[in-house]
Amino acid sequence: MTTNPFSPAENSPNGPGQEKRGSQIRLVWVYPDLLSTYGDRGNLLVLERRAKLRGVPVEIVEVNSDQPVPRDGDIYLMGGGEDLPQILATRRLLADGGLQAAAGHGAVVFAVCAGYQMLGTEFGGADDAPVQGLGLLDIRSGRGERRAVGEIVADVDPSLNVGQLTGFENHQGVTRLGPGARPLARTTLGIGNGDGTEGAYAGRVLGTYLHGPALVRNPSLADLLLSWAAGPLRPVRPEAEELVSRLREERLAAVTTAS
Amino acid sequence: MDDNTHQRFRLPMRARVATTVGGAAATVSRLAGKGDGSVIGGIIGLRLAPDLLSLLAAGRQVVLVTGTNGKTTTTKLITAALAPLGGEIASNIYGANMEAGLTSALSRAPDARVAVLETDEKYIPAMVKATRPKVVVLLNLSRDQMDRAAEIWLLARRWREALGHAPDCRVVANADDPLVAWAASSAQQVTWVAAGQRWREDSWCCPHCGAHLQRDGDDWSCRECGHRRPPVSWTLDEDEVIDPSGQATKLDLALPGRANRSNAVVALAVAEAFGVQLTPALRELRKVTSVAGRYTQVNRRGCDIRLLLAKNPAGWLEALDVMAPAPTPILLSVNAQGPDGRDTSWLWDVDFRRLRGRHVLVGGERKLDLAVRLEADGVAFKLVNGIDEAIDAALTVAPNLEVLANYTAFQQYRVALGRVQ
Repeated sequence: MTTNPFSPAENSPNGPGQEKRGSQIRLVWVYPDLLSTYGDRGNLLVLERRAKLRGVPVEIVEVNSDQPVPRDGDIYLMGGGEDLPQILATRRLLADGGLQAAAGHGAVVFAVCAGYQMLGTEFGGADDAPVQGLGLLDIRSGRGERRAVGEIVADVDPSLNVGQLTGFENHQGVTRLGPGARPLARTTLGIGNGDGTEGAYAGRVLGTYLHGPALVRNPSLADLLLSWAAGPLRPVRPEAEELVSRLREERLAAVTTAS
Repeated sequence: MDDNTHQRFRLPMRARVATTVGGAAATVSRLAGKGDGSVIGGIIGLRLAPDLLSLLAAGRQVVLVTGTNGKTTTTKLITAALAPLGGEIASNIYGANMEAGLTSALSRAPDARVAVLETDEKYIPAMVKATRPKVVVLLNLSRDQMDRAAEIWLLARRWREALGHAPDCRVVANADDPLVAWAASSAQQVTWVAAGQRWREDSWCCPHCGAHLQRDGDDWSCRECGHRRPPVSWTLDEDEVIDPSGQATKLDLALPGRANRSNAVVALAVAEAFGVQLTPALRELRKVTSVAGRYTQVNRRGCDIRLLLAKNPAGWLEALDVMAPAPTPILLSVNAQGPDGRDTSWLWDVDFRRLRGRHVLVGGERKLDLAVRLEADGVAFKLVNGIDEAIDAALTVAPNLEVLANYTAFQQYRVALGRVQ
């Protein structure tokens, strides 16, 4: 596990989120010891691969829950987790303050499932008792009547130029967006936030109910995050996209046939 | 006087009718080629007598075996290790591990005084209540088929509550798995086994208080609440078992891999609870060569094929450990039907980088998910359709092939190769 010491933002010559901090992207995986239930590492691997395909070097920092969160990362990733780890992780992140500081400086934050709920002002913990969230997105989450389990398809906000999302959701959360957040997408299959929308974003903070390796089948969403951190990206060689394009087509076709 | 024969005669009429009708249905199901009949018989029996499992378990010495991985193999190993007791042992060897499967296993062996029953993790609380087991075996807990299985911290808490209310039951538990150790520590009587833990991604944090665990080799402890690895009485040390007297004995199993050595040590600890000595128990363990088609070697068109089944990241990690070295080609195969879990996300928890430079074939209904995963790890591969295409590809490189598949992908190959045992 890579766990690097970090230089606090106040000492760093290049503040986070400033697009010219050398050509390297610093990816920070927040609390894999608490927030990594099912394939969450996939998001890290996809971002790393797609950056490298453009010749952009990547530094990966995995930060466990007993370590301080560096403030000078470019992209922060948060995964899924059960109720108790979700509450513990939130408590520690609030006390640490590193993630909020980085987001305040314009760093990219990408969170799935439990991590997505944590970004909000409040979420439902054990027995749905409200728990204070990180307050990085104007959303509130609670527990729904039924668990949403299955393939999800959603059309992303056209202004993000990402196209269609395909993924798997597995959660019991219901999320309501406040005026400060925009829906990431509108669902055509699946539950998402529970009101026909899916995920949310504001500035460079983005969350989704697509769980686990959400970026695997959605390379254009991965590229959006990378471009937020590193500026415009050149296209990837077509042969490097072939397998993932086939996978996307297969999954989208499978759910269309099934529904 | 045979207690069980006696007990069977005391079964109420509705239980006797239920087992007879259930048994007939199982026979019909087998004859119709719909499987081994172990579930349908139990379902029908339970519909006629909902308390049938309790009735069938009464008066027997029951062992329940659970955990994310190794249930089926350990059940078979325990059954083997208890053979020196003599007499029939009831068991659900075909992996039907929910209430109907357990019911069916007991109804098919009315005279067995001992039953060794693989039990689905979620059903442990209900099955502990229904069967009043002599021994409960807790192997390990890790992420598994998240779309249908319960979350594992939640499972551990349910085990913990159930075992806290079963004072007569002895728990045989893996002390090296912090989640399992926490669940078992509510029990009155525990035999702790150092069975090892290869997969650690689900136990970095204390199950009791959530603090990051301190880990040093196999040892672990929580600085916050004091939850720590309990002192063990049985240990797996490389290829040796160290028994409670401190004596080391070579295992020499026919089954491959560290995971199976660990399962064997657990089986020896259960045998001890039944008064079976290590030497005769181990003699029986060494005779086990395959488990419901797993680890089976079969030759097809001059190609020696070995079949390995693994269903989740921890299982794949252990299976990749036992793969024959290069140049033996490896066929990886993944489906996402109901029993596999419909979500292939878990592939991203498996580190495939060690397969770089190997001859890798990729099959199964979700081969593209696996292909994209391998691409990200820089592993070259060839896509194949079906076992015969894989054999063709393998034979261009070597006269043998290692197959690693998840549940339904494994069953499809097994059928294609003639229902190998």
